[in-house]
Amino acid sequence: MVFEYAPAPESRSIVSIAPEYGLFIDGGFTAPVDDQLFTTTNPATEEVLSRVSEAREHDVDRAVAAARRAFEQTWGPMPGAERAKYLYRIARLIQERSRELAVLETLDNGKPIKETRDVDLPLVAAHFFYHAGWADKLEHAGYGPSPRPLGVAGQIIPWNFPLLMLAWKVAPALACGNTVVLKAAETTPLTALAFAEICQQADLPPGVVNILTGAGDTGRMLVEHPGTDKIAFTGSTDVGRSIMRAVAGTDKRLTLELGGKGANVVFDDAPIDETVEGIVSGIFFNQGHVCCAGSRLLLQESVADEVVERLKERLSTLRLGDPLDKNTDIGAINSAEQLARIDELAKSGEEENAERWSSPCPLPDRGWWFPPTIFTGVTQAHRIAREEIFGPVLSVLTFRTPDEAVAKANNTPFGLSAGIWTEKGSRILWMAQRMRAGVVWANTFNRFDPTSPFGGYKESGFGREGGIQGLGAYLATEVAR
Amino acid sequence: MSERLTVRKTHKLFIGGAFPRSESGRTYEVHDATGSFLANMSQASRKDARNAVLAARKAVDGWSAATAYNRGQVLYRIAEIMDGRRDQFATEVAAAEGCSDAEANRQVDLAIDRWVWYAGWADKIAQVLGSANPVAGPFFDFSVPEPTGVVAAVAPQESSLLGLVSVVAPIIVSGNAVLVVPSHDRPIPAISLAEVLATSDVPDGVVNILTGDATEMMPWLAAHADVNALDLTGMEPGEGATTTEREAAGTIKRVMRPAPDIDWSADPGIARIRFFVETKTVWHPMGT
Repeated sequence: MVFEYAPAPESRSIVSIAPEYGLFIDGGFTAPVDDQLFTTTNPATEEVLSRVSEAREHDVDRAVAAARRAFEQTWGPMPGAERAKYLYRIARLIQERSRELAVLETLDNGKPIKETRDVDLPLVAAHFFYHAGWADKLEHAGYGPSPRPLGVAGQIIPWNFPLLMLAWKVAPALACGNTVVLKAAETTPLTALAFAEICQQADLPPGVVNILTGAGDTGRMLVEHPGTDKIAFTGSTDVGRSIMRAVAGTDKRLTLELGGKGANVVFDDAPIDETVEGIVSGIFFNQGHVCCAGSRLLLQESVADEVVERLKERLSTLRLGDPLDKNTDIGAINSAEQLARIDELAKSGEEENAERWSSPCPLPDRGWWFPPTIFTGVTQAHRIAREEIFGPVLSVLTFRTPDEAVAKANNTPFGLSAGIWTEKGSRILWMAQRMRAGVVWANTFNRFDPTSPFGGYKESGFGREGGIQGLGAYLATEVAR
Repeated sequence: MSERLTVRKTHKLFIGGAFPRSESGRTYEVHDATGSFLANMSQASRKDARNAVLAARKAVDGWSAATAYNRGQVLYRIAEIMDGRRDQFATEVAAAEGCSDAEANRQVDLAIDRWVWYAGWADKIAQVLGSANPVAGPFFDFSVPEPTGVVAAVAPQESSLLGLVSVVAPIIVSGNAVLVVPSHDRPIPAISLAEVLATSDVPDGVVNILTGDATEMMPWLAAHADVNALDLTGMEPGEGATTTEREAAGTIKRVMRPAPDIDWSADPGIARIRFFVETKTVWHPMGT
């Protein structure tokens, strides 16, 4: 007999969302002004959660000026040991409010509570804790005897891991002595605004962290603002290109973490149960809204049919629905716009004669949803093998030899992530050395840690986040001579 | 009896280990610091630059796969061969830069010693820039620096030899291949360096030297999808460099910006090596 799951919803009473939010500038929230407000929506229900403020030019000016003052007067001159203590405070406050932030993130983003609770939030706290310890040890990090901060960092983050991407940006910037103006993603502003409250609770000096909400225009103003010394961006390769053009000819430092089309390579000796789980977490984690997703599955020909069959079986058991339900595996697509993009690319796969299979799971009536989908019969020329879909869609290709696997894995302008599944250790290292990707997961996928540098090769961007290597993005390095 | 008439050298490009003239047939005059005619240099065209990209791409897989010990010995060999031609380099540097013989000798010594310094880095980069990462889970997690790939570089305009070596050596020591545009007005030591490279066990195509106009070639190379990074150290800051950087955005190239006032005689750090490597992080589970 088959047991049914009973609903197991996480309570949302732990969060209180204000009807309107202003911008967090110089330690305080501005009063919301009616004609600047835009809505943020729960993608699982289309319910309006709140109205937040679109930062305009004078807001960006004020935020950058506040960050400059704080850099010159408080945060810049402060001993590293004192900066460290603020960051430790923030880490603890995040741990204390972890459940609340997880629920808030799930409401605003649509991702399952299982993931915000067990992945996003623990990593957010860990990121602040790790970087706190660097603040007074930077002279030991290999960037010269007295590494200096860059100044005011303008940071623009995406909607797929809103608070985690904030942590990846803010924690190293502050640890290295910079101040921050951060623009949250248009569709997921709420946890960034909650983080602003945490900065207040930590008594962080005014202006050290400024949080702006808004869309692309706000981001562009921040990038082009003459008062920012550094731009850090995570998002699409197209926007990354326009940012790179905008900072050309300036002295601004730039790091970009952009798109990907990760190859997940399965050899015929791979343990099949673990591999199927790894493929699932590689592409269906976070609805596939993951820049480092293993969106191209490369199967060795001799096991291809078996793996695809097992994968379909496993996907049929994934539970799609209410993101607040603790048993939910697949949540909502973050926005109608993103759903349209996934739809368009999936249709292109059908039009180019790849074979589509979607999980038969029922989709809720309201909200934005896309069932876990795999395409077989995909060639390297298919759009679904070349373009980043950023959704729960897997393209399956095959190979015969390790050399062919490497050639196909590297046949992309991207270079963010790659996976290898095999029992043979020497083959893992051989493949890892040849795949042109910033992160290579062997017999696992989509693992993250603040001590482990993350970032791309080629058109997936440059610069690293996390680890000792990530500090370089926020320090004025020695003169290159 | 009259003094013997010297046999002058024809200065050509250095692409893929060969010394071709520019396919365009163009040359430009080069003079010494007093204005006397020195030579007609080949003026490389976009097509020459494209050929150099092909040569560099062909070379980079083998060079980056060579052991660090091997690359270190090849760079050290360059210093050995250069040392045997000290006088020639000193004469050329003195003519190009208009400096005293003593200063020219100092420049050549520094340039040779710079190869020795970078040779020693080949098998240390991974230990200094790599890491074992103590992740919170049952994984062995490590990060290693890997070469970025094919780099197009503009060497300093003033320092004809030391500046050139200081730009090229840190790019190739980690396993990158380079095509470099040497000083426009002082290119002769660069071609002599090419002759050293051609006889120093440096695989063909690892270093390619294109004399000519960087502002003509670089914006185009910036848009070339088979170039991974640009080093604009020797480029004049301003419109040409900005256009180049903007073009590089199309393929998200790494761009080292112009740096006109570097004192090349100061001790080099590792900032240049660091700029032209990528960090690769590998996760591997631990278990029985």
